[in-house]
Amino acid sequence: MIRFENVTKRFADGTEALKDVSITIPTGKLTVIIGPSGCGKTTLMKMINHLEEPTSGDVLIDEKSIKDRDVVELRRSIGYVIQRIGLFPHMTIGKNVALVPALKGWPLEKTQNRVRELMNMVGLEPDTYISRYPLELSGGQQQRVGVVRALAGDPKIVLMDEPFSALDPISREQLQDELRNLQQQIQKTIVFVTHDMDEALKIADHMIVLRAGRVEQTGTPKELIHEPANEFVRQFIGQERINRQRSFGERKIIELLPYFIQTKRGEQVLSVSASENVETAIIFLEQPNTDVLAIYKEDEFVGYLDQSSLLKAVLAKEEGAFAHD
Amino acid sequence: MTDFLETLQSRSELIQQAFLEHIYLSFIALAIGILISLPLGILIARYRKFAEPVIGITAIFQTIPSLALFGFLVPLMGIGSNTALIALIIYALLPILRNTYTGLTSVDSSIIEAGRGMGMTRTQVLKQIEFPLALPFIMAGIRTATVLTVGIATLATFVGAGGLGDVIYRGLQSYNNSLVLAGALPVALLAIVFDLVLKWVEKKATPKGMKV
Repeated sequence: MIRFENVTKRFADGTEALKDVSITIPTGKLTVIIGPSGCGKTTLMKMINHLEEPTSGDVLIDEKSIKDRDVVELRRSIGYVIQRIGLFPHMTIGKNVALVPALKGWPLEKTQNRVRELMNMVGLEPDTYISRYPLELSGGQQQRVGVVRALAGDPKIVLMDEPFSALDPISREQLQDELRNLQQQIQKTIVFVTHDMDEALKIADHMIVLRAGRVEQTGTPKELIHEPANEFVRQFIGQERINRQRSFGERKIIELLPYFIQTKRGEQVLSVSASENVETAIIFLEQPNTDVLAIYKEDEFVGYLDQSSLLKAVLAKEEGAFAHD
Repeated sequence: MTDFLETLQSRSELIQQAFLEHIYLSFIALAIGILISLPLGILIARYRKFAEPVIGITAIFQTIPSLALFGFLVPLMGIGSNTALIALIIYALLPILRNTYTGLTSVDSSIIEAGRGMGMTRTQVLKQIEFPLALPFIMAGIRTATVLTVGIATLATFVGAGGLGDVIYRGLQSYNNSLVLAGALPVALLAIVFDLVLKWVEKKATPKGMKV
């Protein structure tokens, strides 16, 4: 657990980046710090690995103040993925990933095994990529390397500073999905900074909304959508997104029964339980490798659902076909 | 032309010795110049408020006409190769110093922060990140200094330090154009050969991943 205790940050020119921030970042969860640019979110994150120092207040990891820890040792125990590139252009992919293990003085064989394991984890075939240089890779591949480099030293905490912001939308979505899947395997405490609400809602277990150096709200994505603490959070999440989530996405798939089809169109079928939310169905169908969902109610097949049946349901809803709207 | 070849033959001993002296002067001056300005460049890149004054001083040295600088040094140092070396070192400083500084300061700050954030010490950041990335700049500075030094070393003859300037000077005094040429051509040749060799080194020094 990472705890911020009344943290204030004032820069030399007098601007206050953070004002009396007290928050807790839970262990083993993906926490997103979000806010408009200049709200202090990156400063907040950099305090965890001591790249920024609080003017007053304290930052504690597992109830121990980071002031009492050796800076270099602290940083080696925390993974760090920075915005845009951040890979060392003069080192091969293998060397980049092996950096923290090398700093920690791991034996060569252990390091090499770790590097290969990590590269496989994000689908970069080690034999092909290990001796390439960062600039020979695409932006998405580079940032995959950036992510696994942060994991190489087996840190408990990983900091990510807008890691996907420079990528094209398709790679970004892919990497977000991969990060989610990866997190399910590795269960690290991830602190992820972004200004992109779609990204935040997609990947976060826990969210911290910042504005002008103050915490506006903390909570799960669901809590933020359903109970925005104030007008700012509501605005920031976006009215349209709240409506979509509330009135449609929150319904159970079974409520769309009239729109199920009995013959499937498309090849790639995914089985989904009828008790899932419609939002889940929307997310599944947005993925490139899913054409149609097979809906099961208590192990019994009830019908198929695809984009067009969803669309019909949406249109019907707008015409008031659903009772309690 | 035949005059020139004849001169080369009859004065071969003089030319050979002058040639070796010339190489000796240039090499030692460059080596010491690198030993001074490389660490100095690293220092001023770290403590940047000193950068302007330090570079400024070396730039002022550079503006002193080379003949005048040799002249100033004689009353202070007497004549001999030490005086010549000091003058040559002074001229070698600026290009190496400025390029080291520029090279180090132009390394992307986010890359440095990535290194620090991952737990590298300052020295590790310098050795493993900043220096390799600045090396092409530094090599370019050394190349400039080399060509400069080889050229200016011809003036060493005026402080009795020998070098190919001796040959040229003797030629001038005796109105012997062939002898002037026999001194000047090797200087030009030396400068070109050194430049080519260092160009090759510079290419080798460019980190592989940066050539893409």
